[in-house]
Amino acid sequence: MWEWQVVWDSLPALWKGLQVTLQATFWGILLAMSLGLIFAIIRRVSPGVVRLPLIGVLEFIRSTPLLVQLFFLFYVLPNYGITLSGFETGVVALGVHFSTYTAEVYRAGIESVPRGQWEASTALSISPVQKWTRIVLPQAIPSVIPALGNYLVAMLKEAPLLSAVTVVDVLGEAQRICSRDFNCLEPYTMAGVLFLAISIPASFLARRLETRFGPTTA
Amino acid sequence: MFTESVIERLADGVWITIQLAVMAGAVGTAAAIVSGLAGLSSSRAVRWANQVYVDFFRGSSAIIQLYWAYYALPIIDRDLTFSPLQVGVVVLGLNMGGYGSEIVRGAVQSVSRGQYEASTALSIGGYQRMRYIIFPQAVLSMLPPYGNLLIEMLKGTALVSLITLADLTRVGLDLRQAGDLSSASAFTALLVIYFFLAISITFIVRRAERFARRSMGLEA
Amino acid sequence: MAQQQLEHVADLVQTGTTQGETIVRFERVRKAFGDLVVLDDLDFEVKAGEKLVIIGPSGSGKTTILRVLMTLERPDAGGVWVDGDYLFRVEKRGRLQRASERHVARVRTKIGMVFQHFNLFPHMSAHDNVAFAPNKVLGIPKGEAKDRAKALLESVGLGDKLDEKPSRLSGGQKQRVAIARALAMEPKVMLFDEVTSALDPELVGEVLNVLRELAHNTSMTMLLVTHEMGFAREIGDRVVMFDGGRVVEEAPPEELFSNPREERTKQFLHAVLDRT
Repeated sequence: MWEWQVVWDSLPALWKGLQVTLQATFWGILLAMSLGLIFAIIRRVSPGVVRLPLIGVLEFIRSTPLLVQLFFLFYVLPNYGITLSGFETGVVALGVHFSTYTAEVYRAGIESVPRGQWEASTALSISPVQKWTRIVLPQAIPSVIPALGNYLVAMLKEAPLLSAVTVVDVLGEAQRICSRDFNCLEPYTMAGVLFLAISIPASFLARRLETRFGPTTA
Repeated sequence: MFTESVIERLADGVWITIQLAVMAGAVGTAAAIVSGLAGLSSSRAVRWANQVYVDFFRGSSAIIQLYWAYYALPIIDRDLTFSPLQVGVVVLGLNMGGYGSEIVRGAVQSVSRGQYEASTALSIGGYQRMRYIIFPQAVLSMLPPYGNLLIEMLKGTALVSLITLADLTRVGLDLRQAGDLSSASAFTALLVIYFFLAISITFIVRRAERFARRSMGLEA
Repeated sequence: MAQQQLEHVADLVQTGTTQGETIVRFERVRKAFGDLVVLDDLDFEVKAGEKLVIIGPSGSGKTTILRVLMTLERPDAGGVWVDGDYLFRVEKRGRLQRASERHVARVRTKIGMVFQHFNLFPHMSAHDNVAFAPNKVLGIPKGEAKDRAKALLESVGLGDKLDEKPSRLSGGQKQRVAIARALAMEPKVMLFDEVTSALDPELVGEVLNVLRELAHNTSMTMLLVTHEMGFAREIGDRVVMFDGGRVVEEAPPEELFSNPREERTKQFLHAVLDRT
């Protein structure tokens, strides 16, 4: 039933797939962190005509399945002349989907900066850009690091979805071996084990962040 | 376009998705309560076993679990062959329980010490204290995060389309494949329907919250 | 609140103890929180039916006496004896051993407690707050428990508040529900832990009236920790001045208040009475 030979034979491919998963997660995280910050700032500074639709769109993206969003990007964007590879689609979907979560986290951090800090910035005639980069964000971001950490782990866990849009990641490799050799037990089990070997340390790290930076506000 | 038969098929998919969500939600709620209370147990062994459960499901990927339970498990033993619906209910439910565990534990811990002391003074112990005094008070602070958790679970139901269950997402994929719907209309329709389902969950949880506040004698 | 409303509360309380026998005894009880010793080899006795008032500066450990009796704290050493049994220990072959949780639970039913912050169950009506434990713990049929609860609430002047949730009651009303709730379990010994301290001044009277009624007209053993010196003087059979984990001085109220022997007591009374 369980054959170690199959395990050894499939490990190199699974390892390659895991690297793809990690790369997608890495780029997705960068996108989610920066896009979320942009959304949070726009939400704060823009007038109602911009803010309310933005809030609606973010809510919509957050409340619908990442998998369907992935399909949407993969199959619909080409109609508009935008053709992305499966990997690129995956990074964009992951990044945009989770930017709606990170935007909330940043927002909580920004709101936790005391009013006096904003008023002092105005009183000292600090330029709007410097107010954000020198005064507000340096105070807002440290307090939200633990909450961000949790979403980064969540992104890692969702990354194997990319196999649904032809990306040959860790799950994709397992599927390939399963359908090619009809050996499904070992590759799927090892894919899960390899994945856990990365994600469990990652979530411990996230929890460490939480104890280090104190309880999270978001 | 959206002909009558297309709408009918979408409706069938919605119905499967709702059934799956309700059953997984029930399993998830039960798992969250059991696990949350186990996390507060005075027995080290129980707490340890519970931590393994929580760390496993919070650490691993739901989609890999689904594939494993559907494709790999039957190879270990043919008796372990389950329908995609069964696999979906159990995997999504246990995942939800892993996250719900912390919600339940935190809410129970947030009930004031005075309530425990008053229970002791009235000889209300163990099970009765949790069942009638502590837990009902904890429910109010559980509800908002529980609502979010339900929505995450609903989003997770889309994954079962990848293990052949004819849920809403699967129906959308099939309609697109068969050319009944364009890619744009198929996936837009799915997103709108999922959004509507998520809003319904929010609405129901808000109602439950109002009810819970009233039964605590608080203004609704 | 009209005095006549209170007239029945005494009728509803039965204690079944013989007056004058020892019902509570602390034997060299020691309790410390970290370095802070709150009960320092404490010895003292309470007779059945006695109304014992415990006074002393805050942080002196007087509340801990009640909390140990209610089994909310476990002493580090020494014995607490209640109506024929040790609270935390059982005698086996002439030696005292750690008691099972069942033993503690059985002895605990002899004691009731009213808290400074009420600790009513917020999700239950006043009626259910009082009827719940008699029904679920003592196994009294629901209808009977409810009837008794209603009578008790009426006797403390809350017959019109049966269906109210605690959040809709004033502090004084909450505390009267809490007293009714404790009485419903028919304890032999009632503990009152600064039960008027959290109340607005104008609501103190209605709670003291209930306590006064219980003190004068029942044979219930009562231990009260309080800062209401006038009240202590009025209802106490005996007053214990407590400080630094020890009994500084004990005497009938007239004697202790007008003619304290110990310097520490004088200082304390001086400070308290000056303040009010």
